[in-house]
Amino acid sequence: MMTEQSGPLRVPSAMKVLSLVNLCKRYGAPVAVDGVSFDVGRNEIVGLLGPNGAGKTTIINMVLGILEPTAGTIQIEGVDIALHRGQALERTNFTAVYAPLPGNLTVYQNLRFFGLLYGVRGLATRIEELLKQFDIERFRDTKCGVLSSGEQTRAGLAKAMLNQPHLLLLDEPTASLDPASARDIRAKICEFAGREGVGVLWTSHNMVEVEKVCDRVLFLSHGKILLEGDPKTLPHEYGKETLEDLFITVANEPLTLGGNGA
Amino acid sequence: MRHLSRIAAILLRQFYLIRGSPARLLPLFVWAGVDIVLWGFITRYLNAINPSGHNFIPALLGAVLLWDFFTRVMFGVTTTFLEDVWSRNFLNLFATPLSISEYLGGLVISSIVTSSIGLAVMLILATVVFGLSFFVYGLMLIPFLLVLFLFGIALGILACALVLRYGPAAEWFVWPIPAVLSPFAAVFYPLSTLPKWMQYVAHLLPPSYVFESMRSILAGSPASGIDLFWGVLLALSYILLTGRYFTRIYRYAVRTGLIARYSAETAS
Repeated sequence: MMTEQSGPLRVPSAMKVLSLVNLCKRYGAPVAVDGVSFDVGRNEIVGLLGPNGAGKTTIINMVLGILEPTAGTIQIEGVDIALHRGQALERTNFTAVYAPLPGNLTVYQNLRFFGLLYGVRGLATRIEELLKQFDIERFRDTKCGVLSSGEQTRAGLAKAMLNQPHLLLLDEPTASLDPASARDIRAKICEFAGREGVGVLWTSHNMVEVEKVCDRVLFLSHGKILLEGDPKTLPHEYGKETLEDLFITVANEPLTLGGNGA
Repeated sequence: MRHLSRIAAILLRQFYLIRGSPARLLPLFVWAGVDIVLWGFITRYLNAINPSGHNFIPALLGAVLLWDFFTRVMFGVTTTFLEDVWSRNFLNLFATPLSISEYLGGLVISSIVTSSIGLAVMLILATVVFGLSFFVYGLMLIPFLLVLFLFGIALGILACALVLRYGPAAEWFVWPIPAVLSPFAAVFYPLSTLPKWMQYVAHLLPPSYVFESMRSILAGSPASGIDLFWGVLLALSYILLTGRYFTRIYRYAVRTGLIARYSAETAS
């Protein structure tokens, strides 16, 4: 589906976990995000795809409240983050390879620290559950800085799920994992996302992964949403064999995607 | 309750870090202790060679102790903030519901705890080893400590704002701040010793009121309540101003993407 022609798919209000409307971010003349609108529904995993510099991380940073949009609105479960940042972020969480947990604290200390910041009730029990769920019990008293990148990813995911977020933002969550660990982590995220009311925004450069886990994908190019649709059917709509072929076309020749089923 | 939980998180993190690291634990009292020992012996020597029998301990050692307390308070705020810089934690931290006032509250309370440890060690050393008696200052010791504490908090917040604005390398602006201010604050000599332009600067610095009052008490005159009131008022005004400055810098950092890029810049 060409979104510039037909507009983005919108989710009914009651089902929305995240709603972005005409989101823009400019740094003077350069435009990082240009009028992006989309929703993430409950029990939906949406893939945010695009080449490096397309604006994926900028969008995630704006949703997390650490980057102010130049224009547009962001609502998390109907709460405008610009007006009620604290309330909007209470049931939001994220993990990203470029934001590891502080390496000078142990896994347990990090989970306790962030658990208090998110105001998690029954924190001690929740930490134990997550240590077990992500198979990091043996690293409980190990400083995060000395963990392998895969173990750090698990610890980061445990932190991301501490507050049982209704909106989970995952920026390349399996980028540093071996295939077996990646599959295991994907399964855990999907299981979490399958719970009532959880929406996930997932960025990845692994198109096989995206096809497996995402209900819907958005292709970004130069800060705009270029394509949107079901990752299983979208490549064929544009005459491509795989999602990876479509990704490469979006990255190299976005203008050739001018019509449906090119 | 949620506010308290978030402030407690900042404190707990600092507790974990200090507990697990002698490199963080020792500076809480070792440098302050070294200063007291060094100046304790200097004052003892000055007392020995001074034929007039004037006791330098309350004036010099007391001044060192009070100035070190101010320094500990300021560094207590900045080091707690710098822990987030050093561990590249801004993204994780500011993506939580934590508000700026809660964060600053956590930094201040953390500083109260750490500077109290330093103060206790200095007091014990100065009184037990060198015979410094705080009874000579009377109840005025309370406003002295209050002014220095408030000004230490204000400068600590200013230092955090500078590091947030100008990047991790701006940490090197932070450490010399007390040394740069000390000649103006008239820690060891009367204000009248300074040239006029330095006196004007001194009047803008709350510690100068403390040290002038301290010397006044030791000279047998009562401390000026109005002067100390000005000291408190100035220090409170600086807290308000620096708090607003930090918030402004934070908003600038959120608008320009500085917070989001901070981790990457720290890594470079």
